[in-house]
Amino acid sequence: MRPFTYERAADALSAVKAVAENPGAKFLAGGTNLLDLMKLDIERPTHLVDVGRLPFAGVEDVNGGLRVGGAMVNSKLAAHPRVRELYPVLVRALVSGASGQLRNKATTAGNLLQRTRCAYFYDTTKPCNKRQPGSGCSALEGVHGAHDAIFGASKACIASHPSDMAVALTALGASVETLTPTGASRTLAVQDLHRLPGDTPQVETDLAPGELITAVLLPPPPEGGQVYRKVRGRASYAHGIASVAVAGGRVALGAVAHKPWRAAHIEDALAAGASPAEAAEAEMAKADRSDRNALKIALVGRLAAAAIEESKTRRVA
Amino acid sequence: MKTTITVNGLARTLDVDSRTTLLDALREHLGLIGSKKGCDHGQCGACTVLVNGARINSCLSLLAMHDGDQVTTIEGLGSADNLHPVQQAFLENDAFQCGYCTPGQICSTVGMLQEAADGWPSQVMEDVAGLVDLTEAEIRERMSGNICRCSAYPQIVAAIRSVAGDAA
Repeated sequence: MRPFTYERAADALSAVKAVAENPGAKFLAGGTNLLDLMKLDIERPTHLVDVGRLPFAGVEDVNGGLRVGGAMVNSKLAAHPRVRELYPVLVRALVSGASGQLRNKATTAGNLLQRTRCAYFYDTTKPCNKRQPGSGCSALEGVHGAHDAIFGASKACIASHPSDMAVALTALGASVETLTPTGASRTLAVQDLHRLPGDTPQVETDLAPGELITAVLLPPPPEGGQVYRKVRGRASYAHGIASVAVAGGRVALGAVAHKPWRAAHIEDALAAGASPAEAAEAEMAKADRSDRNALKIALVGRLAAAAIEESKTRRVA
Repeated sequence: MKTTITVNGLARTLDVDSRTTLLDALREHLGLIGSKKGCDHGQCGACTVLVNGARINSCLSLLAMHDGDQVTTIEGLGSADNLHPVQQAFLENDAFQCGYCTPGQICSTVGMLQEAADGWPSQVMEDVAGLVDLTEAEIRERMSGNICRCSAYPQIVAAIRSVAGDAA
């Protein structure tokens, strides 16, 4: 690991300023993704600002929904009685991700900002536009296709966002609340937080340098069933090849794009009276087909149809 | 940089490089070599310790992040003369072969049993708002962050079931 200096933030605004004023600085909370990438020499911060102990670790009832602190760890969020009561899709997404140990450290904000698990992003002997802008995308001609984006990818990057939690938050219509370096706070929808790769896959979100996610705002739960389904290479503790979150009439897909993917075509088709299978087909017809992703496209479509079907019969995710 | 942690009941102050992980602090600076470095990337669970009662991968945490924390390692759970019930259960069920993953498996089990007692959900529950019943499927799911290369999983599950049964 390269040398860095470390400071524990005294308060949120000084943390935000410390990162905004230093191009080499990064926030550190749980550290489960950042420290791993630093050991691999993929992340190279020169200064870490530890925000893990800032007072953003609670859950409050707000306007029929919940406000979740950005520093709350994933395991405690999944276990919170109000979250289990109102948002079973979020609970199941959270406990579908990582391991018990990792969920005890990974935070709500950090989960949203985790980097892709694309094998070529991790392989420092190969070109990767996200790791080294302009070097090329090894995944385009690579052998590891299961985690490729099938929506919204570009010639520069076909990596997918790995979070389970973010998929459920997108289906639930959640927002993030941030603190900016001027001291102002702003709110943006989770579905607008991440960018598509375009020509700059190294820029992953619309957050400004130093902008800190302080909370996630969950609107009141929608009418209708909530379901989270995930397919992966083994039964537990692996990133998804595909996942689907259903919350009432809203549907989001995971591991299919550079961001959690709001399935607008599915939602429109369902609203127009289509069957789950027809609705899924409407979305998958828009997927970027290649000579190696036919399996994934079929899988995502069937998983989405099955999850929507299941959501009609039960409240529970 | 200077950090004070309480390890197995004793306050310890270290002044080390900011890059030092909690695992390296325990093993290389405090001589507590029970916690193992398997993958060093949070994938195998051999480094699992309890911090303020919660199980974590000590390889993916900086010592500096733990100033003031209470850390329990395998050395703090029991001794050769006075084994922790989970250690005893692993012994009685022959829940290891080479033993390298065992300290992490045992610390993880202690943390997991508390999580289950606190009613924390898992992805194999039919209803995530329901009650926890530590079936074999639940134990396998909740322990998925601990890999055993010797594949002693049937015995590990049996050991954990025996302690979970005693606790219930």
